[in-house]
Amino acid sequence: MVGLATVFGAGGGTSSYLEVETTDLIVMWGSNARNAHPIYFHHVLKGIHNGAKMYSVDPRRSETAQWADLWLGLNVGSDVALSNTIAREIIHAGLTNRSFIENSTSGFADYAASVEEWTLEMGSKVTGVPAEAIRELAHALGNAKTAQICWTLGITEHHNGVDNVLSLINLALLCGQVGRPSAGLNPLRGQNNVQGGGDMGALPNKLPGFQDVEDDVARTKFEKMWNVTIPPKNGWNLTQMFEAMEHGKMKSAFVVGENPAQSEADGTHATALLMDLEHLVVQDIFLTKTAELADVVLPGSASWCEAEGTVTNSERRVQRVRKAITPPGNAHDDIQIIVDLAGVMGHTWKYESNEQVWNELRSLSPMHFGMTYSRLADLGGIQWPCFSEDALEPSFLHGRLWAEKLEDRGRLAPFSVVIDSPPVEKTTPEFPLRLTTGRRLDSYNTGVQSGGFESPLRMAETVDLSPEDAISMGIIDGEIVRITSPRGTVDAPARIDDGLRPGLVFMTPHFPNEVNTNLLTIEAIDPKSGTAEFKAAAVRIDKILKSDMRVPVAGE
Amino acid sequence: MDLKVNSSVATPDERDAVNSVLGKPTQYSQGGIRNEQDLRISRAGEALRNLRHMLLPTLHAVNDRVGWISRGSINYIAQQLDVAPAEIYGVASFYALFSMTERPKRQVHVCIDLACRAMGGLREDQLPLGTHPSPCLGTCERAPAVLVIEAGDPARHEVLAPATPVEISALAKGAWPDAEANVMSATPQVATDSQNLVLLGRIGKVDPLSITDYQEHGGFDALRKAIQLGATGVIDEVNASGLVGRGGAAFPTGRKWGAVAGQPVFPHYAICNADESEPGTFKDRVIMEGDPFALVEAMIIASFATGCEQGFIYLRGEYPRAIRNVQNAIDESTKHGFLGDNILGSGFNFALSIVRGAGAYICGEETAIFNSIEGYRGEPRNKPPFPVEVGVFGKPTLVNNVETLVNVLSIVKDGGAAYAALGTDGSKGRKLFCLSGAVAKPGIYEVEFGITLRQLIDLGGGMRSGSTMQAILLGGAAGGFVGPNDLDLPLTMEATRAAGSSLGSGVVMVLDQSVDMVDQLRRIAAFFRDESCGQCVPCRVGTVRQEEIVSRLAKGVQSHDIELLRELGTVMRDASICGLGQTANSAIDSAINKLKVFAV
Repeated sequence: MVGLATVFGAGGGTSSYLEVETTDLIVMWGSNARNAHPIYFHHVLKGIHNGAKMYSVDPRRSETAQWADLWLGLNVGSDVALSNTIAREIIHAGLTNRSFIENSTSGFADYAASVEEWTLEMGSKVTGVPAEAIRELAHALGNAKTAQICWTLGITEHHNGVDNVLSLINLALLCGQVGRPSAGLNPLRGQNNVQGGGDMGALPNKLPGFQDVEDDVARTKFEKMWNVTIPPKNGWNLTQMFEAMEHGKMKSAFVVGENPAQSEADGTHATALLMDLEHLVVQDIFLTKTAELADVVLPGSASWCEAEGTVTNSERRVQRVRKAITPPGNAHDDIQIIVDLAGVMGHTWKYESNEQVWNELRSLSPMHFGMTYSRLADLGGIQWPCFSEDALEPSFLHGRLWAEKLEDRGRLAPFSVVIDSPPVEKTTPEFPLRLTTGRRLDSYNTGVQSGGFESPLRMAETVDLSPEDAISMGIIDGEIVRITSPRGTVDAPARIDDGLRPGLVFMTPHFPNEVNTNLLTIEAIDPKSGTAEFKAAAVRIDKILKSDMRVPVAGE
Repeated sequence: MDLKVNSSVATPDERDAVNSVLGKPTQYSQGGIRNEQDLRISRAGEALRNLRHMLLPTLHAVNDRVGWISRGSINYIAQQLDVAPAEIYGVASFYALFSMTERPKRQVHVCIDLACRAMGGLREDQLPLGTHPSPCLGTCERAPAVLVIEAGDPARHEVLAPATPVEISALAKGAWPDAEANVMSATPQVATDSQNLVLLGRIGKVDPLSITDYQEHGGFDALRKAIQLGATGVIDEVNASGLVGRGGAAFPTGRKWGAVAGQPVFPHYAICNADESEPGTFKDRVIMEGDPFALVEAMIIASFATGCEQGFIYLRGEYPRAIRNVQNAIDESTKHGFLGDNILGSGFNFALSIVRGAGAYICGEETAIFNSIEGYRGEPRNKPPFPVEVGVFGKPTLVNNVETLVNVLSIVKDGGAAYAALGTDGSKGRKLFCLSGAVAKPGIYEVEFGITLRQLIDLGGGMRSGSTMQAILLGGAAGGFVGPNDLDLPLTMEATRAAGSSLGSGVVMVLDQSVDMVDQLRRIAAFFRDESCGQCVPCRVGTVRQEEIVSRLAKGVQSHDIELLRELGTVMRDASICGLGQTANSAIDSAINKLKVFAV
């Protein structure tokens, strides 16, 4: 989001689902959407069946890669190197969109100079991908009438995640693949309504509708409506909060629908910090590990069936959700919980209905203004922005960049010079394997939402490794092995996966209670996004000797 | 795609058979050896999806080599073609000639269908050990027939007809039919006055394997004339001839050609429907065995006229000699420049190949052929869109029957007007009839439209001595019965239609007093139950219920069963998407109405 917001001023995917179905080229970069975003991947499949070519860039030959016309198996964390190499090839092959670059972007000369050193040979050396394959992707991108560049955590969960995103945006700018139908940049969102959270201002630097906290005009508008003073400075992001906890500057936390005790990198440390807080309140529909640490737990409601309101999906479509059943036991509607808290704190908030809350938002957020409840119902959801009650905007963003007149184009989209920066943690003789993480089809993140149901596909946590490594270490499929990083040690069964190459191992965060993968991951944070480098740690795998195994004692 | 392949592994033989069609895998992900390159790139996607049409030939290769399709070979094909194993299982299990379980390499398929049954062939409950029943083998003029297949490298296929029970047992024990004797017995079973033969003129007179012989007997004259006429000129002649499709549907051929030629979308494809599977039909086989170059020449002309650069002859797997002879004709024609690029200096390019069917009556339905060629289960598609607009591989496609195509040669050579002068107002030109059953000389008869049923039977030497006519089946299992009182029926499309019957594919099967009509109806019902593709519920369920009702009626007639059968026929006719379901009840219905079988 930070990368897109930096370049275009709005942190959202620029295209709609329909556009990936009608595009000529789909690049899935650092995304195993086949498993991790199965709904979005259905739209990708429609695109493929409509004739789109699909390229997959991923260290693993993932399930998504197996659908690709060409899979490029790059080294973990060499995304900028690959992107810069592609850019140079596009420039040298004369495949750039010159008029778009001239009319609608800025900083091209510096960018072009910065990628000049990235010859195919050098790119191939750094990324490990054969030069011919890089060239092929470059030419596919350069020649595509329309292209969709999609990415997920393989791009963002790095110490330089924002740079990774910027490097992909550069490619789209180079070829004019943004702001047109079926051409665009799409970060796939991992969770229902994660987009909606951002839309509603659940960001430390934004008010609802992506209005800047530090923008006096915007802030004043909210202050007037709410009759309060809003702190004029950006708040802390999650990573900064944990730093603040560490330094004793943050003493209490109100956690709504998150499980940081298990989702943060270096989980032991995160848990310790949460336990040290003077006061921790968790509002959730599950008693998560974080909730277990809390002083107060407020049981909320399941938004898809126990509450009235809206959600926003990956394509920025705001949709109504309706209450079908009453929350069980002492659980309450989340809005009601917050209103009650406000009341206890001496502010009487009066809302007749959740729709009234929505209408208050509409009056404050121009991009939501046209979305009345009745219109949302009639149209089956509306994509933002929607400025007026009787019109809809195009399904893609940033069409302004293609406007005839310069003054209509708004702020030109800047190219960003991005420098290749390999993962913080190098592999060493002591920790010779590169551990990367991701999701499986039937589980979700720390398992809070997916652990409660049975799945015929589900296997418990494993450490996946290449057949070659299994042979060289004498490990058989299913054998319990010990995985050690500089930060911690876990035991897990080995699973041989021929989608991996020697030296690369893979785990998921789905079963933290059995195998807490985030004990291994490194808390190397991208200062711009606050996201940790979950995708690249150095580990060692050891066979567990019989003498190390604890033999159960009868009667114990 | 993200294939899930179980642990079954193909044997070296099976891998070799698959590789013989698809080539050795070049990537680990396709079943090859893992090398450095495989750790960094892999290719799937469109390049592999475009190979889907190789599935049927690949399944043939495995079935030919080892005699069945194992899970291991399915897995290997799945990897090579990037198609899910379940999907491949679905396709392989669709076809009767493939087996999904291990079986002996020698397979003896004994025809138990209408003509063979009527001529003293074995019924399904009388087969000797080591043989199994087969639907019509299209060798009705020499009934009863048997097809023997032996898996191996290469596989062997041969038909023996007529075959005695002793010979059938011998085949099951390892004997092999004498191919030479077979060729002789396969030669002309045609009309007496061979001077007038046009469609069958060369059969039995020329060496079907010699392109020189073919050319010395007028071969490729029509093609030369067609090139002179130009594409539009050819279509004009075909329109003027009044020729209509001979596969059964009787659609005007010239209109079909004009529609394909006018499609702005390219490429266009030409398909010859040589999946002759209608019980009692064998005319296309006789042409393909006896005059295969004529079919190739006609396909070139049709494709020239309609702008097709690629053509397929979808030829049923039960016709081994036709496959060999047509393949030879394609190879020789290519060698002599009649196929390939810039044919006879015309600038026209055309490639032709055989797609071998694998035992499915439904694949004679034109849209089912598309699915079968594309590597899917041979299930018919909904129309519209019609094949001329959206056919095989989603492109404009011309589909013509063998007999229809061969008619074009004389039309081009002698002009459409001359052709139209033959026959009646409603049925122009010449027609091949498949005369079988209790007549003196069963065979293919080429006649001008207009003769009566009695005249045709007289051409065939009348009834066999000792035989008294009981009934005649017109048009095959999908056609209808008439009785001895209907002999003055003119064999034209308009007259048979008026009589509530149909010429269909030209079947005239004469049944004598020895034939058990109830047994015939049970066989017809079993045939449709077996051959229904299962896609439309009315047909899938209806054909089963029909067989059950006929079996009940065979034990004792209940009037409500007759009523139920009639109602069932209406449902199948109204609610099935293709001709199979629509006609599955017609022969049985005509037997009940006209012949009063099951009369109380």
